[in-house]
Amino acid sequence: MALAEIHAPSILDRLYSPRIIVLLLVIMWMPLMLYVMGADLLGDAHQFILLPAIPATFILYALGIYAFRESWIAILGLSLVFFWLAAAVSVPYLPLIDPNKPIAPFTTPFSEKKDIFFLLGTDFKGRDMFSRTLWGGQRVIVWGVTATLIAYVIGSVFGLIAGYLSGWWDEVISFIANIFLSFPVMVLFIVILNYLGPSGFNIVVAVTFASAPAIMRIVRGLTMDIKSRDYVYAAQTRGEHPLYIMIVELLPNVRGPIIVDACLRLGYTTVAITTLTFLGLGLQPPDPDWGLMIRESAKTAMIWKFSYMLLIPALSVSSLILGFNMLADGLREMSLRD
Amino acid sequence: MSDAVPVLECRDLCISYFTRAGEIPAVVDFNLKLMPGEAHGLVGESGCGKSTVALAIMQYLGKNGAIVSGEVLFNGKNLLEMSEPELRHLRGSQIAMIYQEPMASLNPAMRIGDQLSEVPIFHDNASKSDAWALSLQLLEKVHLPDPSRIMNSYPHQISGGQQQRVVIAMALLSNPKLLLLDEPTTALDVTVEAGIISLIKEISREFGTSMIYISHNLGLILETCSRLTVMYSGEAVENGSIRDVFETMQHPYTRGLFSSIPLPTADKYSRPLTSIKGQLPLPHERPSGCNFGPRCDHFKQGLCDQPPLKMLSVPGNGQHTTRCIRYREIDWAPVASDVVAREETESGNVVLKIEDMTKHYTIERSGIAVFGGKAKTVKANEKLNFVAHEAETIAIVGESGCGKSTFAKVLMGLEEATSGKVMLDNIELGDLAVDKRDEATISRLQMVFQNPFDTLNPSHTIGGQIGRVIRKFGVASERKAVDDIVFRLLDTVKLPRDFAKRRPRQLSGGQKQRVGIARAFAGNPDVVVADEPVSALDVSVQAAVTELLMDIQRENRTTMLFISHDLSVVRYLADRVVVMYLGQIMEQGTTQEIFSPPYHPYTEALLAAVPIADTSIQKRHVVLKGEIPSASNPPKGCPFSTRCNYAIKGKCSVEQPPIRDLADGHQILCHLDEQQLMEMEPVFQTKRLDAAE
Repeated sequence: MALAEIHAPSILDRLYSPRIIVLLLVIMWMPLMLYVMGADLLGDAHQFILLPAIPATFILYALGIYAFRESWIAILGLSLVFFWLAAAVSVPYLPLIDPNKPIAPFTTPFSEKKDIFFLLGTDFKGRDMFSRTLWGGQRVIVWGVTATLIAYVIGSVFGLIAGYLSGWWDEVISFIANIFLSFPVMVLFIVILNYLGPSGFNIVVAVTFASAPAIMRIVRGLTMDIKSRDYVYAAQTRGEHPLYIMIVELLPNVRGPIIVDACLRLGYTTVAITTLTFLGLGLQPPDPDWGLMIRESAKTAMIWKFSYMLLIPALSVSSLILGFNMLADGLREMSLRD
Repeated sequence: MSDAVPVLECRDLCISYFTRAGEIPAVVDFNLKLMPGEAHGLVGESGCGKSTVALAIMQYLGKNGAIVSGEVLFNGKNLLEMSEPELRHLRGSQIAMIYQEPMASLNPAMRIGDQLSEVPIFHDNASKSDAWALSLQLLEKVHLPDPSRIMNSYPHQISGGQQQRVVIAMALLSNPKLLLLDEPTTALDVTVEAGIISLIKEISREFGTSMIYISHNLGLILETCSRLTVMYSGEAVENGSIRDVFETMQHPYTRGLFSSIPLPTADKYSRPLTSIKGQLPLPHERPSGCNFGPRCDHFKQGLCDQPPLKMLSVPGNGQHTTRCIRYREIDWAPVASDVVAREETESGNVVLKIEDMTKHYTIERSGIAVFGGKAKTVKANEKLNFVAHEAETIAIVGESGCGKSTFAKVLMGLEEATSGKVMLDNIELGDLAVDKRDEATISRLQMVFQNPFDTLNPSHTIGGQIGRVIRKFGVASERKAVDDIVFRLLDTVKLPRDFAKRRPRQLSGGQKQRVGIARAFAGNPDVVVADEPVSALDVSVQAAVTELLMDIQRENRTTMLFISHDLSVVRYLADRVVVMYLGQIMEQGTTQEIFSPPYHPYTEALLAAVPIADTSIQKRHVVLKGEIPSASNPPKGCPFSTRCNYAIKGKCSVEQPPIRDLADGHQILCHLDEQQLMEMEPVFQTKRLDAAE
C-alpha cells in the first residue's frame, strides 16, 4: 500500500475532491446532453459543443482509476463504461465514414470494397458498421442516464417522505407504488409509449414510471432504518423541520447504497431502451442506434455469414451493461471495506 | 496440584491477522496455565485481543487469522497439530464456548429441544429419546422454569436471560473440560446478569469445569474467577490471583483501570475518578517497547521504549507476573496528591417538576376490527412524580423496559404525555410536542445520547453539526462568531480545534461522545438529559467522559437528568436517585438514602446485582427470580410482586402499594410497613482486610 501511495501521481491527488469531480461531470455531461437533445437549439455551436467534454471525460477516467485502484472489478467496469462515454463525446470529431451513407452493401468485416477498408464490415444498406457502432451508443447513454437520474430524484423524494413521515403518507405512496410494480415492466413501457408516442422524452417518462416505485421502496427502507438513529433524534429535539431532517440528516446517509443501485439500474434502463427501440417504440431511424441496428439487421442476420450485423451492436450493448454492473460490484466491494 | 496436567496451557502464543495493510499482530507473547476446576479471567478493553485468544483456543480464527508461533496445549496435547476432524470432535464436546449474544448462538428456525439434542446425538451417538431426556435434565440444572415447555419453544419465544441459560445448558451437555465464556452477560440486564453469574459459579462447583471468563468488567471477574490476566493492546500486562492483582497490582495500566471505575470509595467531590490519558493505540501503530508507555505516568525514555518487554515475576508466591520493567521503582500506594478535591455544588430553585406524568401507548391489534381486534394499552409511564433543582444531578435508574427512555421522550417533546404535568419553570410541556414549543423552550432542554456511533451524522463535519445548534438557537449567526463558539466548545470538551473540520468516522467512540456533549451544551441549556452517555464506552474512557460531563454541568449550573442502569456510576455522580420499574417509581431519595437501608426490595436486589471490583467490600447475596414482565401485560397490584423476595401473598399481587414517606423526599412504593423496611440489612459491608481469607 505504501508503494502505491508513493507512485500515485500527485496531480490526481490534488484533483481528487468532490467539487472537482462534480465540475468535470458537468463539463462532460451538459454538452453531451445538449448535443443529443437540443440539436436544433444550438445552431452553429452544434459542431463545437462537445470539444470541452473530451478532456473532461479522460480526466474523469483517470480519476476513476485512481479512486478504484484497489478493485480490479471496478476498474474493468469503469473502463468499459468510459470507452463508450469517450466514443460518445468524441465521435463527431473522429475521421469516420458518414454512418448514414450507403456505400457497399454486405461487406464482411476486415475486407476491402470500393477501395475502402471496412473494419467491421457494412450492413445490408452498405453503411459502415464501425462508424455506426461508435455513433450508436450516444443516444442510449444520454437518454438512459437522464431517465435513470429523473427516476432517482422522484423515487428518492417519495421514498424519504414515505419512510420518514410514515403513517398515511407511507400507506398512500406505497399503495400507488405497488400498483405500478404489479405491471410487468415491458407491458408498462409499451402501454406508456403507445399512448404518448415514441420519442426520447417519452422514454424518460416511461422509465420513471417503471423504476421510481422500486427506487422509492429502497429509499423508504433505508430511511426507516436510519430515522431511529440518535442524530435524527438530536435534530428532532432541537425542533428541526421535517424537510430539513429529510434533506440534511437523512438523504446524505442513504446515498451509498443508492449509488450502487443506480449503477445496476443504469444497466436495466439501457436494456429497456434498446429493447424499446428494437420494438420500434423508442428512438427513430435513420440515425444510428444499437437497438435500431439490431432491428434492421434482424432478418439479414439469419444468414450465418451476415450475423455480424446483429452481433456487433448486441455485444456493444452487453459490454456497456456489463460495465455498469461491474462498476456497481466494485463500488459495493469498496464500500464494504471501510 | 503442581504435578497435575493443566487443562489448558498457552505457551508464548502469538496471533496475527493478515489484512490488505499487511500483518497485524493481534496478540503477542501470551501465556496461560489453567488447572482443572479453575476459573481464569481475561480482562481488558475492546481491541485488547481477549476474544482473539478465545478464538485461537477454539482454533476458530477465520481465514485471515493465524497463530504465528507458540503452542496451545489442551490436556497436554497440542491443538495446533490436530487435524480438522479431530478438532471438530473436540469442539463442543471437550471445549465449549458461550458468546455474548444468546440470540445469535441459537438457530432461530429450530426448536430448542432439537438444538440441544443435537449435541449428544452428534458427539456421543445417543439415541433421540436419550438425547431429549438428557437435554431436559440440563435445562432443569440451569434453573429454567417449565423446561418441557421451553424444549418445545423456538428461541424467539423466550427472553434473553432464558436464551443465555439455554446456551449454557447446551455448552454443558457434553460435559466439557473447558468452558470459554466471552462476555456472557453483557447483553443482559443487571438483575438477570446476577442470576446467570450465580449459575456459572454453581456450575464450576458442581461439574468441576475449568473456565476462561472474558469480560471488560472487573467486578464480574472478582465474582467468578480465582485468577486473572489483564490484557492491554494485544499483550498480557499482568497475571496473578485475584487478591494479588486487586490488592497489590504491579502494572500502571491495571492501576489506571481500577482508578477509572467508580468504586464505592470514589466520591465526586473528595475523590473524583482519574482516567487514563490518551487512547488505545491502533494495532499497527503500537509504540516500541511498552505498549502502554505513551499513556503511562511512569514512562522513562530509554528504558520503557526498549523492546522486548518480557513478563517479570513479582516476588511473593511466584504466581504473580507483570510486564512492567519499572514495577519495583513505582510507588503503588494510592497517590493522594494528583487527586484534586472539588467543592460541593449547592443546588438552587426547582427547575423541573413532574406531576403525575403518565404515558400510555395504544397498540392496535390487527387492522381489521371485524375480527374483534382489541386495542392493547402499554403503560410505559405511570404517575411519575419528582422535582429537579438547578445544578442538581438526578439519576433515573432502571433496567430495560422500565420506561426511563419513554420519560425522556416525553420530556424532549418527541412524545406527548397521556396525562399529568411536566413543568419547566412555569411552562407546561407534557402535551406540547417539540414542533409546538418555541425556540427558547427547546434550547433550554437538550440531550446527550447513548450510542457514540449513532450520535453524530456521519455525513457532516463536527464543526458543522455543533454550528447548526448554535445558529438554530440564535446564540450567534455570523460565521465568524459561530466558529468562535464551536472552537470554545471543543476546548471545553478537551478536543483539538482542528476536529471542527473532521468527520465523525475519524473519531474514536469517546471523542464522538465528547462532541455529543459539546452539541448538547451549545445552546446553553438549563436541563440536560443524558441517556446512558457512557455505557457504550470503554472503562478508561468512561471516567474521562463522566468527569467532563460533570465539570461542564457544574460550571453552567445545569440540571442533569442522568438515565442509567449502572448503579456504580449513579452512586458516584448523582445527588438524587429515582428508581423505576415497569413504568413506576419504586423509590426516590438522595443518593445516600438509596444506597443504604431502608431499601425498596427492588433497589435492594439491584444493588446486590451490581458487580463491584473491590475485594474489601462484602456484598449480600440477593438474586431475583424470573424476568421483567412485559410492559403490555404488567402484574396487577405492585409491578414488582412477581419477582419480589418479600412479596406478601394475597396482597402485593392484588393491591396497588402505597407510597411511604420515610424522610424528607425519601419515598418508597411498597406494601411493607416502615418497621419492616427499617429492618433491612445493608447490602454492602466493608470487610476488614485481615478477616478476608
